[in-house]
This record gives sequence, C-alpha cells and structure tokens, in this order.
Amino acid sequence: MTKDKEITCIVCPIGCKILVDLDGKQIKNLEGNKCKQGIDYAINEALDPRRMLTSSILVIGGNWPLVSIKSSQPVPRDKVFQVLKEIKKIKVKAPIKLGQIILTNIANTNINIIATKSIEKL
Amino acid sequence: MSNQDVDVAVIGGGPAGLAAAVSAKEHGAKHVVILDRNSWLGGILPQCIHDGFGVEETGESMTGPEYAEKYISMAQQQNIGVMNETMVLHFDKKREIIAVNKKGIHKIKAKTIVLAMGCREKTRWSAMIPGDRPSGIFTAGVAQSFINLYNIMPGKNVVILGSGDVGLIIARRLKFEGANVLGVIEILPYASGLPRNVVQCLDDYDIPLFLNHTVTSIEGRERLERIAIAQVNKNMNPISGTERQIKCDTLLLSLGLIPENELLKNADIKIDEITGGPVVDQNLETTLGGVFACGNCLQVYDTVDMLSIDAKRAGKNAAKYNKSKKLKTSIKLIAGKGVRYVVPQKIDVAGTVHITLRSEKPQEKSILWIIENDKIILRKKLRFVNPANMVKLVIEIPPEVVKSGHKLEVIIDDKR
Ligand SMILES: Cc1cc2nc3c(=O)[nH]c(=O)nc-3n(C[C@H](O)[C@H](O)[C@H](O)COP(=O)(O)OP(=O)(O)OC[C@H]3O[C@@H](n4cnc5c(N)ncnc54)[C@H](O)[C@@H]3O)c2cc1C
Repeated sequence: MTKDKEITCIVCPIGCKILVDLDGKQIKNLEGNKCKQGIDYAINEALDPRRMLTSSILVIGGNWPLVSIKSSQPVPRDKVFQVLKEIKKIKVKAPIKLGQIILTNIANTNINIIATKSIEKL
Repeated sequence: MSNQDVDVAVIGGGPAGLAAAVSAKEHGAKHVVILDRNSWLGGILPQCIHDGFGVEETGESMTGPEYAEKYISMAQQQNIGVMNETMVLHFDKKREIIAVNKKGIHKIKAKTIVLAMGCREKTRWSAMIPGDRPSGIFTAGVAQSFINLYNIMPGKNVVILGSGDVGLIIARRLKFEGANVLGVIEILPYASGLPRNVVQCLDDYDIPLFLNHTVTSIEGRERLERIAIAQVNKNMNPISGTERQIKCDTLLLSLGLIPENELLKNADIKIDEITGGPVVDQNLETTLGGVFACGNCLQVYDTVDMLSIDAKRAGKNAAKYNKSKKLKTSIKLIAGKGVRYVVPQKIDVAGTVHITLRSEKPQEKSILWIIENDKIILRKKLRFVNPANMVKLVIEIPPEVVKSGHKLEVIIDDKR
C-alpha cells in the first residue's frame, strides 16, 4: 500500500512542502523540494523522525531549583513523552557540572541525559 | 558612594555584553567591567534551555545555558570585573555611570561605554487588547523564566498570541510540562517563526495555529476565564461574525521585543525610531562619542550568533577608541524601497563596512541595491528575503563616497 506524507522542510527558512510517496519503508517518489538538501531531510523525516530533547530536572540543595538538560542524541519522535516521563521521576543532588551525565540509556533508547548548566551547592 | 575609573564599562551581562567585554580585553583594554542587574551572567540565555544556539558562529548547536557558560568562562579567564545585582540608573555625556546595588551607590568613570542592555517584551498594551484585567496574562519570556528557572507553571489551559520563535518554543515547553496548549494565534497570514519551530514545536504535538486571527477580548474576574478570537481582514481588522470563544486560564503574549534603551534618553543619544536602538556608525558608536552599542538593545537580532559577532566588534572598537581619527564628514545610510531598516545608519570612515538590514516583506527572488545619487555602489541578488531573517552584507566604501557627503540608499526590488 502506498501512502503520501507531506513534510515541511526545515533545512532553511523557505520551508518547502515536500510530498513523500511511501510504500512501506520504500520511498517511491518525492516532490516539492526546491533544493537537494531537502531530500535527505524528507527521507529521514518520513522514515525515522528524531528530535533533540531539552527539558529540566529537579535539583536538591542547589542555587537553582532546576537544572536544564538535553539528550545526548536526537530521540525517536514517538519516544519523546516516554523520555520525559522518566526525567520527571528523578531529582539530582547539587553540585552539578555542565556536561555531567544525569541518566544513561533512558527509556531503552541508548541515549543519555546530560546537564546543560552548572549548579552550585548551597 | 564608591568611585571607580575603568577603561571600558559594559552595561548588561548577556551574550552581547560578555562578547563585547571579552573582545575589548583581547584588544588591549586593561580594566573592563560588566554591570548587570541580575544575580547571574548570561542575560536571557539561561532560560532558553532549547538548543539551536551557536550554529552559525561555531558550527555546533548548543542550548542557551551552554552558550552562556562558554562566554562566562572566557570572561573569567580574561579577568573581567563583574558587578552583579547592580542596576545602572544613569550615565551622562562625560561617560560617568551611576549604578546602585546592596552596597550602595557607585560612580564609575569610563573611558568608553558599551551598551548591551538587551530588550524587553511587548505587552498586552502594545497590542491594545480590550477586556478585563484578570491574572493569568503573561509575556512568553516571563512564562519561560517561571518554568525553566523557577519551577513554576504559569497555568493549565493556555493560549499563545504571536507565532514568533519565542511563542512557538514556549508552546512545546508547556506541552512537555503537561499543560494543555489550545492554540497559537497569529495576525499575519504566515507564521513569523522559523519553519523548524513550526514543525517541531506545533505540528509534532498537534497544536493548532490560527493564522489571520487575533484576540479580540479578555474575560475573567480574578483569573482569566476565556478569550475571544476572530479572523482579521487585509487591514488586520477583526471580521464581524468570525468571533469565537476559547475557555482558558492563561494567555501568553509573544508580540515581539523592544530594545531596552531608557538609559539613552538622559545621555541625549539619538534613537532610530524603526529599530528602537541607537543610531550608530560603522564602528557601532552611537551619536555620543565613546559610547558603543551592541546586542538586542541596538537592534533585535534573529540569532545569538550574529549578535555575538557584532558585539565583538563593538568591544574591539571601544578598546581602540580614539576620537581624533574621525573624519569631519559623515554620510547617511538610509532604508529605501522594500527595506525596513539598515544598521549602521551613518558612515564616517571609508573602508569595510558591515551592514545588517531587514526587508519589508517576504520575496522569493529579489535584488538589493545600494545607490549614491544615481551611482550604483552595490547590486546583489538575494535568493529569499523575509522580514524575519536579517540580511547581512560586507561592503567596501571608497573614500570619495564618504567625502561626497551624499546619502546612500539601500533598496530591495523584486525586478530582476
Ligand atoms: C524565548 C527566547 C528564545 C530564543 N531562542 C533563540 C534561539 O533558539 N537561537 C538564538 O540564537 N537566539 C535565541 N534567542 C535570542 C537570544 O537569547 C537573544 O538574542 C540574546 O539573549 C540577546 O542578548 P543580549 O545580550 O543583547 O540581551 P540579554 O540576554 O537580554 O541581556 C541583557 C542584560 O542586560 C541587563 N540589563 C539591562 N538593563 C540594565 C541596567 N539598566 N542595569 C544593569 N543591567 C541591565 C539585563 O539584566 C540582562 O542581563 C531567544 C530569545 C528568547 C527570549
């Protein structure tokens, strides 16, 4: 069965609407992109969309109540809320250093959660 | 009152102030001090926890706090003086700054000053939204600081007015924290934020975007209870009969930013009415000699990257300031057809000039001209212009053009 997916390209500010004709995991046709860079983006976006995830985690005993965090790699889009749920369960003790790994292999994605800010101990 | 003499005083410790201070130090200024009213350095960046900062400048995508820490550690290595929780109240033509903090009042005499006060958000009153005055109405940036810095949720059922990047990013952030985001309302026929943010902040979470719409009323006794939205016509006036009500407890306003320049009024520095920032020359020097401007108080930048690059120039020029070098004549650079504004607004030294400008409207193919009377100084094809994307140019201005005293007009034309 074939299925069309309309994808808004994010490579540049033009934002072309690219129509991807998908047959299962096969790309049959692709149209609407004004440049070549859009092709790779549209294929990835149609088959395996991923997103960098940023959020925050509660801090115990720090100069701020929260530490901002990011995923070490883009997270599969359909796992974003699962990852967020895991993140909400925990609290981290100050001090925290920028770049510190807070959680490993979150939601079985092989992706780590990393602090993006340094927090001092109060 | 304490007294201090410094080479370069930087007002504001956001990315602009940090980049300017580091660069001033690198270019020979001995005593550089940053004054900031916050208890931290980095300005607005620590609350911008999403990524996408620094790509153009460093090739690496960082989050706001990471970008800030990079510059803060550079400032520390350079031994730059920092006065936090210090509010600048005043400075004058002699470049004497009056600032206040818990220890009292401080007088700082600076050889040169770099302005880096950032900007503030437009409020309900800029958009003239009629109705009640309940609680639950915030600017998007304030909501962002509540959520990302202080762990406070601004509300549960939220509507966002304005589809700039700030509005889009806060929509996703609220969704992540469990709020119900009922929609983003935009008066223009297109989203003003980047396609990337429309896709990744709204489409991903099925948050509706109402284009050609605006908020027409606000209702609520204590807390916001409902708003009304309506479609607008070509003149951006609400069309009667299209009004509908949305029940919500929170309305976030992402209506744009205004350069923060109250301080300039006392010092009699000329302000460009379109940019909202000071009029500057090619060195980013304001109309008051020895006072330079950078960052979002000069003009509202799209990305922090370009902002930092320009701020470094302001810092360097402040360090190397020498008032005798200037020519007597200066020429004006003015925004002509199709151009909303140009920075710098004047040029008084021939040579390489960095220009930033914005177009009036989106255009797919166009030509940019810089014209002196009838002489063409520059003709450049532009692939895609959009008011939301700043255009950056580097041009060579020959000495005879500066000597001529003629103004230079910058035009964007759709004819090829
Ligand atoms: C929600 C949001 C999302 C953004 N997302 C992105 C993005 O994805 N990518 C990107 O590149 N950019 C982004 N930006 C833009 C970027 O954050 C700004 O361009 C940048 O922070 C502006 O730097 P600045 O130094 O000019 O101002 P600011 O960071 O605002 O710093 C100004 C400083 O001056 C201080 N100050 C002002 N007046 C005084 C006074 N009188 N006395 C003492 N101190 C004073 C303030 O306290 C503040 O610390 C975003 C901005 C916002 C608000």
